[in-house]
Amino acid sequence: MLALLLVLPVAADLLGHPYYVSLASRLTLIAMAAVGLNLALGYGGMISFGHAAYFGLGGYIAGIGAYHAFDATAFMGLLPGSDNLLVLWPLAMLACGLLALLIGAVSLRTTGVYFIMITLAFAQMVYYFANSWPTYGGQDGLPIYLRNQLPGLDTQDPLTFFLVCFTGLVLAMALTSRLMGSRFGAALTMARLNETRLATAGISPYPIRLLAFVVSAMITGLAGALYADLNGFVSPSMLSWHMSGELMVIVILGGVGRLYGPLAGAVLFIGMETLLGGLTEYWQLFLGLVLLGVVLFARHGVMGWLDGGESPGREPHE
Amino acid sequence: MSDAVLTLEGLHKRFGALTATDDVSLTLRRGEIHALIGPNGAGKSTLIAQIAGNLRPDAGRVLLDGEEVTALSVAARARRGLGRSFQVSSLAEPLTVIRNVMIGVQAVSGHSFRFWTPVHRDRRLLEPAMAALARMGLEHRAWTPVAALSHGERRALEVACALALEPRALLLDEPMAGLGPEGSARLTELLESLKQEVPILLIEHDMQAVFRLAERLSVLVAGRVIAHGDVDTIRRDPRVRDAYLGE
Repeated sequence: MLALLLVLPVAADLLGHPYYVSLASRLTLIAMAAVGLNLALGYGGMISFGHAAYFGLGGYIAGIGAYHAFDATAFMGLLPGSDNLLVLWPLAMLACGLLALLIGAVSLRTTGVYFIMITLAFAQMVYYFANSWPTYGGQDGLPIYLRNQLPGLDTQDPLTFFLVCFTGLVLAMALTSRLMGSRFGAALTMARLNETRLATAGISPYPIRLLAFVVSAMITGLAGALYADLNGFVSPSMLSWHMSGELMVIVILGGVGRLYGPLAGAVLFIGMETLLGGLTEYWQLFLGLVLLGVVLFARHGVMGWLDGGESPGREPHE
Repeated sequence: MSDAVLTLEGLHKRFGALTATDDVSLTLRRGEIHALIGPNGAGKSTLIAQIAGNLRPDAGRVLLDGEEVTALSVAARARRGLGRSFQVSSLAEPLTVIRNVMIGVQAVSGHSFRFWTPVHRDRRLLEPAMAALARMGLEHRAWTPVAALSHGERRALEVACALALEPRALLLDEPMAGLGPEGSARLTELLESLKQEVPILLIEHDMQAVFRLAERLSVLVAGRVIAHGDVDTIRRDPRVRDAYLGE
């Protein structure tokens, strides 16, 4: 699936269809954001309804960096702007990590529907904050006039930028896979399946969950930073609860707690949006039907259906 | 007493007007099985929760190997060597048997903030986990998902999970619950073979097993320890017969 995602945009570029290249970039980044969410929601069982906060914050950091670099002013009169992605990416991840540490530290004291609601509430706070900060465009959003730069690469070139995004997705998936195979992953899996067992085994669930939540937000935040650069624009809509919902739908469609789930979900989601969205404004009706079908008949999503519907958390092939 | 591994000193716990634990003191010594018996509603579950760390006592202390653990969490007590099994089986069903055991080895062999080495090839986890399974006669089931185990095997696995902690004391809450006579006899044998390695505080309804296994017994009625002593003393104690044995 990854190979296909790599080959098609290269072909599209050679055939002179830059639109498809940027569509593939978009798909890649949405998938990467969902990979981040999957770590919390799928592997950790933490149903975050507020991941748009990190996606949007990442985006805003790319946007604000570019804004200040463009007119050579400083952020809050202190920090100079930058259009160097090697500066902006770590900054976006750091900021999202810190925000998630705060939100997670509070939210993880609750469980179930309260956790869902409290993560939503925090994300809405960030949303309204961005909406009402006129310096950075308020509700109109903030344009990025020149795509941020990566030394030695021409990020303006659609294919180059796609390859950057693709690398990000592959790294995020590799990190997830490695993490879930480790001791930390074993503890996180047990925290999801049976919290009592984990505590009785001498491991406190809370710090394990909190760290997974933070890493999850950092991946989603990096995807957000790239997403803003792809569109040349960042607005509060990246922070809205619709965005959180879309990411959740993608993870559930693709298969909760499956390595390839977010990618499969993103392909399905963007695919339906592109194909059906061209035919009817009401394409989300069909998305709803597919989601209903997945939840009712293929509880482990597309990936679960493809490999026989075993439950997640099973053994890696030993 | 230097050979006391687990000591309870004057534990009190009230829920509103109800005194669930009333001045309970007892000790678990090296090499013994100490049984805690009592009728339903005597406050056994509340007492276990205070020993394991789910509940804080209103007064009194819990000591593990002479070290006070009264204020520590469940996980911290487990790391200090308190192994525990549950009345209602508490295992991660979709995972394999060995995974359930390995998580305990993981806690005592360092911390869980290791992110890179795959656990399924980590011999420092696999070997102790296999050893714990072998103690309970389950090594041939290591790679089976828990969901496929029989009830008896699950009860034994609960104990194996506790053994993975290399515990200094075991707290077993009705390990024979739901076992037939045959399964019960088998588990009794296994527990007997364990007690030299690790002393056991046994909460159990199966009197045959209790009288066979335990060196000493404490009888809990209405939150108080009304009697303790060896098997014969308890059998002959008229208050115990009244309150519990109903003979």
